[in-house]
Amino acid sequence: MSPRLSFRHGVHPPERKELSAAAKIRRMPFPSEVVLPLSQHTGKPARLIVAEGDRVERGDKLGVAEGFISSPVHASASGTVAGIDLWPHPDGTYKPAVRITVHPYSAQAPRPRIVPHWEDLAPGGIVQAVQDAGVVGLGGAAFPTHVKLSPPKDVQIDTLLINGAECEPYLTTDHHIMLEYPERVHLGIRIMMRALSVDRVMIGIERNKPDAIEAIRATLPTDLDVTVHPLTVKYPQGAEKMLIKALLGREVPSGKLPLHVGVVVQNVGSVAAIAEVFETGLPLIERIVTVSGRGIRQPSNLIVPVGTKVRDLIAACDGLTEDAHEIVFGGPMMGAPQASLDVPILKGTTGVIVLSRDETKPKESYACIRCGHCLDACPVFLNPQLLGQLALAGRYEETEAHHIWDCMLCGCCSYVCPSNIPLSQLFQVTRTAIGRLKALAAA
Amino acid sequence: MRLPQLLVTASPHLKGPDTTPKIMWNVVGTLVPVIAAAGYFFGFGALLVVFAATLGSLLTEWVFGPKGSLRDGSGVITGLLLGLTLPPGFPLWMAFIGGVVAIGFGKLIFGGLGQNIFNPALLGRAFLQAAFPVAITTWPVGGGGFWDVRAENLSLPFMGLGQTDTVTGATPLGLMKFEGVATAVRDLFLGTIGGSAGETSALVITLCGGYLALRNFLNWRIPISIFITVAVLSELLHLLNPAYPGPLFMLFSGGLMIGAWFMATDMVTSPVTHKGCWIFGAGIGALVVIIRLWGGLPEGVMYSILIMNAFVPYINRATQPTVFGTRVTEAAS
Repeated sequence: MSPRLSFRHGVHPPERKELSAAAKIRRMPFPSEVVLPLSQHTGKPARLIVAEGDRVERGDKLGVAEGFISSPVHASASGTVAGIDLWPHPDGTYKPAVRITVHPYSAQAPRPRIVPHWEDLAPGGIVQAVQDAGVVGLGGAAFPTHVKLSPPKDVQIDTLLINGAECEPYLTTDHHIMLEYPERVHLGIRIMMRALSVDRVMIGIERNKPDAIEAIRATLPTDLDVTVHPLTVKYPQGAEKMLIKALLGREVPSGKLPLHVGVVVQNVGSVAAIAEVFETGLPLIERIVTVSGRGIRQPSNLIVPVGTKVRDLIAACDGLTEDAHEIVFGGPMMGAPQASLDVPILKGTTGVIVLSRDETKPKESYACIRCGHCLDACPVFLNPQLLGQLALAGRYEETEAHHIWDCMLCGCCSYVCPSNIPLSQLFQVTRTAIGRLKALAAA
Repeated sequence: MRLPQLLVTASPHLKGPDTTPKIMWNVVGTLVPVIAAAGYFFGFGALLVVFAATLGSLLTEWVFGPKGSLRDGSGVITGLLLGLTLPPGFPLWMAFIGGVVAIGFGKLIFGGLGQNIFNPALLGRAFLQAAFPVAITTWPVGGGGFWDVRAENLSLPFMGLGQTDTVTGATPLGLMKFEGVATAVRDLFLGTIGGSAGETSALVITLCGGYLALRNFLNWRIPISIFITVAVLSELLHLLNPAYPGPLFMLFSGGLMIGAWFMATDMVTSPVTHKGCWIFGAGIGALVVIIRLWGGLPEGVMYSILIMNAFVPYINRATQPTVFGTRVTEAAS
């Protein structure tokens, strides 16, 4: 028996992965229109380089990276640019997006292109190719991958962690990538090892995916120091800091990045996406999305062109059930609720969860009874009870003294709160308010 | 496609199974065996006392509390616990007033559920102790038929205790303190002793409290910390001077069991941190021993808990958890 790899605190929400765990990855038909927001990643939005009426082929650039911490956006289907509008964005706002009317009779074959051979490239060349392909973290945060592959010169990276925890309930995206494309994951690991010049790789997978652990183990390269580590099933095991703690016992200092403890963490989906860039030469224009929840008729793991409207995605899964009640992008613990069926799937959309009425949380909340359950749940050892009181009272400066910026917004405190106090929402709102107040003070 | 009415709420979109009313009603449920034991040992009168205190609590909550607050179950707990701390022969009208004070001045005046500093049931009892010192220290002994209701139970307001025809006796702690007589630990454990309605069977109370601890509806560190402190201190003192009672007597006598399992663990008035719970329990345990051995009263659980309640904000402040990743920075800098 291998050691119990885990972290302290955390919660055990119902997993409900069985809904889509058996569904093999399948490709959904191209929709009649795709909408590609210029901001799909952490950092500056891409700069637009097409105009209304332009014809674009699948894989053509629509926007180029604006600076280092930015990522280009590519057309996910051949068609005509129908407009560049403010369009509903999954984050709840309207953002500039390129709307492409897909050519109904197009074969959707990409232009012939030169596939770069990664073994001939210097680390810098790999990073450049990854950036040009618009690869971002596919685990949800959508942080540009080339930035992670370019650590500062003075930092020594000794370990690359591959995150296959997938601790969010319902999601089976990474599960199926590991299960069905293990070789692609291993190729991506090779490429990353070269780009980062690291020798040690650890793959962490939660124990609730024994078939994925088996598939990854069966294809392990024998010439490299790559090891697989089954992890305790606990939310948020897949959070970077928790994963590093579980696998290496290192604690990322407050306010610092994994780099500071010599680690780069990359999600398996992103690793596979890097491999795909060097396999096909195609940029990141499609991704695998879990569509699940009791509100969807046919829970699936789909290959989805980026920019597909959630309406088309639902149609590809046989539609909604009668009691579909809430649509969430991402997992149900940290995902964003959607108010429109026109929002597009982004590069970072791990899943679309349609919750039925009985899966959604109750509305009633009660006064805090100081039970302390939130303190037992918080994986970063905050005092959500106190922070919640301070946030409600508008005592923002004190929330900063009590480490509100260390909160990962993982939602464990809200999940366990018997009084159903929306703690993590309060913290999000408070941080936004602090940011605005600081901007006002600076102005 | 049919367009559903979409719910838009902030994450997380899932919610754990525990709710505040569920916790409260579970506590109420586990108090039922304790109340049944009171009825078994002291007869119907004890149940009437518990009922009167609960009635006072619920009426006050209903009249002065926020709308719908009866449903969360916290008012019932206060009433039941107050009733269980009273002598079985306590006049019902006094128990009723105790319930009114417990909810009104113990909870609602602070702003309702979650806002009070002191355990409301114990605050109500402290009031009764000050207002009716004779009635609250009149301990009828068990025995007699179940339906024999004591005359004091039915005494009218402000007319004295009426004819006190029932046989009264001292509690084990009273016997120990004022007459130096020890009661057998077996009687204490099973509950065949004099005392408050809920001060009888350590066995029943421990089983009920243990259930709540298993469900995580109370923090087990508080009762365990109290028990360890009381046991260690009394053992030490007993070794120094055998006239002091031993740890088993100290643990199973008086209100320690019900106080440790059901009152000190009141979530609202106990610390939120685990470390704080250990300190809180140790403080209660130490105060119980001090008051019982050297104080003017035979029993000190109520005041021990109330005094430690006052320290909870300070304990919380002193035992804040160390935030992830802050230890490292301090070491590095």
